[in-house]
Amino acid sequence: MQDTSWVPLWPEQASTFAWQVDVLYIYLILISIAFSIPIVVAVFVFAIKYRETEKFATPEEMHGSMVLETVWSIIPFVVSMTIFLGGAIVYFNQFNPPDDAMEIYVVGKQWMWKIQHETGQREINELHVPVGRKIKLTMTTEDALHDFFIPAFRTKADVVPGRYTYIWFEPTKPGKYHLFCAEYCGLNHSGMGGWVYVMEQRDFDNWLSGNVSGQTPVEEGRDLFTNKLGCASCHAGGPQQRGAKLEGVFNTDVKLVGGTTVKADEQYIRNSILNPTSQIVEGYQPIMPTFKGQVTEEQLNSLVAYIKSLTPGASTATSTSAPATEAGTANTAPASTTAPRKTDRGKTAAPGSNPNTPNNGSR
Amino acid sequence: MQTQDAIAPDYTERPKLNYLNNGWTVKSWLLTKDHKRIAIMYLVTVSAFFLMGGILAASIRLELLTPASDLFESGTYNKVFTEHGILMIFFFLIPSIPAILGNFFIPIMIGAKDLALPRINLISLYIYWIGGALVLWALMQGGVDTGWTFYTPYSTTFSNTYVMAVGVGIFINGFSSILTGLNFIVTIHTMRAPGMTWFRLPLFVWAHYAVSLVMILGTPVVAITLLLVAIERFARVGIFDPSIGGDPILFQHLFWFYSHPAVYIMILPGMGVISELISNFSRKKIFGYEFIAFSSIAIAVFGFLVWGHHMFVSGQSMYAGMVFSFLTMVVAVPSAIKMFNWTATLYRGSVSYDTPMLYAIGFLGLFLIGGLTGLFLGAMGLTVHLTDTYFVVAHFHYVMVGGQVIAYLGGIHYWWPKMTGKMYSEFWGKISAMLVFVGFNLTFFPQFILGYQGMPRRYASYPEEFQVLNIFSTAGASVLGIGLLMPAVYLFHSLIYGKDAGDNPWMHPGLEWRTTSPPPTENFEVMPVVTWEAYEFGEESGLDIEGARQREAMKV
Repeated sequence: MQDTSWVPLWPEQASTFAWQVDVLYIYLILISIAFSIPIVVAVFVFAIKYRETEKFATPEEMHGSMVLETVWSIIPFVVSMTIFLGGAIVYFNQFNPPDDAMEIYVVGKQWMWKIQHETGQREINELHVPVGRKIKLTMTTEDALHDFFIPAFRTKADVVPGRYTYIWFEPTKPGKYHLFCAEYCGLNHSGMGGWVYVMEQRDFDNWLSGNVSGQTPVEEGRDLFTNKLGCASCHAGGPQQRGAKLEGVFNTDVKLVGGTTVKADEQYIRNSILNPTSQIVEGYQPIMPTFKGQVTEEQLNSLVAYIKSLTPGASTATSTSAPATEAGTANTAPASTTAPRKTDRGKTAAPGSNPNTPNNGSR
Repeated sequence: MQTQDAIAPDYTERPKLNYLNNGWTVKSWLLTKDHKRIAIMYLVTVSAFFLMGGILAASIRLELLTPASDLFESGTYNKVFTEHGILMIFFFLIPSIPAILGNFFIPIMIGAKDLALPRINLISLYIYWIGGALVLWALMQGGVDTGWTFYTPYSTTFSNTYVMAVGVGIFINGFSSILTGLNFIVTIHTMRAPGMTWFRLPLFVWAHYAVSLVMILGTPVVAITLLLVAIERFARVGIFDPSIGGDPILFQHLFWFYSHPAVYIMILPGMGVISELISNFSRKKIFGYEFIAFSSIAIAVFGFLVWGHHMFVSGQSMYAGMVFSFLTMVVAVPSAIKMFNWTATLYRGSVSYDTPMLYAIGFLGLFLIGGLTGLFLGAMGLTVHLTDTYFVVAHFHYVMVGGQVIAYLGGIHYWWPKMTGKMYSEFWGKISAMLVFVGFNLTFFPQFILGYQGMPRRYASYPEEFQVLNIFSTAGASVLGIGLLMPAVYLFHSLIYGKDAGDNPWMHPGLEWRTTSPPPTENFEVMPVVTWEAYEFGEESGLDIEGARQREAMKV
């Protein structure tokens, strides 16, 4: 799995865009050589050929050359623009997650990585993913900055408190790869890492079924929404509700008081839970209390996953213990293709179940 | 001296008083307004900080000899690399060339008696001492572990070390930079000797003019940023910490808005020294004077617009990233122009291999690598993989050590005879220059490979497959350490046993070589009038080359 040569020169190449990064790297090495050789040779040749032959000689004066100056300004500029373009294209690939990616939530904490799968599995410092699937990580942190770095996939991103950052990748090769924290985060920074396991789909399915899984994020989110936090009492979707309707809100444009429009992405949902008065939807009063300090980062992820799963037409009030308004259709249609497998296990509404229990039998 | 005078009648009789023996009391040093004495006091203090930073660097390399964190616990290691960075950047690299060589030589090079604001110059030294003392006190009390970058919210909320004491120390020290920069700009504008036009200024002076602009415009921003950190830490006003309503990315913007230009504070003076060395030791007018002069200004200006390239993976917008990447590529061009012009200067010159020139040639090689790897890190798609790894560590050490430190050492060796009147041992000078070059490459080149492998920086322990390259690096560091300690020995030795250097041992045309060594307190016996262009080596510019040759012959 890992490179075993004496002096490892090249890290494993295990994602769809890893080769692009490597090509860019080789291109820059070639450019470096192409610039270095003439300069180094010229310095050596001049220094030897024109070495001092007579003490304090006065060689003939030479003035600059406009032609030369122009040439050696334009050539580096043109070359640097090709580097810029190459870099921008690869960067665009690295940071434009595809829509059909499998979603995984990551929470950084001094000094561990906590991972929630859409199917309910939770892991710490390990990430199991199937080969050949596009995977998108939605990441945040409970404390300081961290950085999720997988050298074999040639990608990383800082994990920032108070907001979401994303990376995506499509593993191409089964194996076990390093996972590092690359942004200095205090005492045990160098211990904040682990392994990414890329598995064949079959092995991955076995891994999924062999693990005791807790609530899926959508289930946990529904539980929080309807029972634990009581969001449903205002947001259940009736026409007279005090809270904004949430069905189908994800990825749409929301009109705010004051006339601005904002896209309802993960960041918006998160912000509206923690800091509700900062963005008031048109037609509603600023009466929602903040939930800051009452929900953990992982619960927030679940709430976001749940709200994303609400499609138009479906009601939010699905739980038996929900304050039923006119909730008829007790059914949600999760947006993602991977989530449904666990939706009907009926565990969701179990009163008193602590959504915080890690339930990770994976280790 | 008598015999020499007989051969060369115009070898001026040494005045009895020079700036060194003009007063022996402690008070005559501490209350001096002489820029040369202030420069010497900077030299002593900066060297002490360099030594401390170097010892910390050696500790880092020793710890990284093995994958486990066995020499230090990781908490100690975090403090060691943080303090290494803080001492080296704020108390060694930033003041090194400007405060020592710039302070000493800018007035002499432009034909002035002193800087325009001598009292301000002394105050900036005291400010530097106070800031340094505060930081040292904090390090003695227990140190700081935030990294020299002080990223929030770790530095404001999570670190239980002496963040504020160190922050205040750096805040105070910043004013030393600001005042020095201000002093240089005023001096260069108002104090030039008759005939010393802008385009007759040595390029060393141009480089310092550019640096001064950056110091004045950039340093206040880092001071404000540290002040905001203090406000957040003490008053819990949410500025950077999201849990109380702040934004951690804002800190990074403010920090790098200063700290990227600060990179140019560290490298531009080095480029100025190299321009002097290459031209003088080729005995030839520098190729493309105006291009080198204006490329310094271009670097200073564009340097303010590229700070976001430190933040490609921090969560800033993709399109902001593209703008910063584009500008980063643009700022590479003036550095390339300098590189080509230096190389062209050697062409048809009369190149001698004195110690300072060895450093200058070493600089060309190391800065070439440092600059080219900067392109790697400016290419966004590649830097996503490389940032926060040892590739970055290697890159900035190539620029900071391979560039600035090498230039600083070259400059110290070049002007040592002028500053002290004594000549050091050429033999040991050359040995040490070559040891530094070899040791440096052995230390830092393997780190490029480590970085591409994916070894993250600021790690006290690391996976075993990275060990071999780390052993190379530590071995190189020991060679580098010896190479850097040697000058301390032979330069000291030369103070007591060194031969008299004479006023112009290299027969160079700069104004600093047209006064006595060491210079008198007022710099010149007779205030000079400049009638020659920069870097004019012929007898017509007033150099007594024939006389110098005869003296040279007498020595052999």
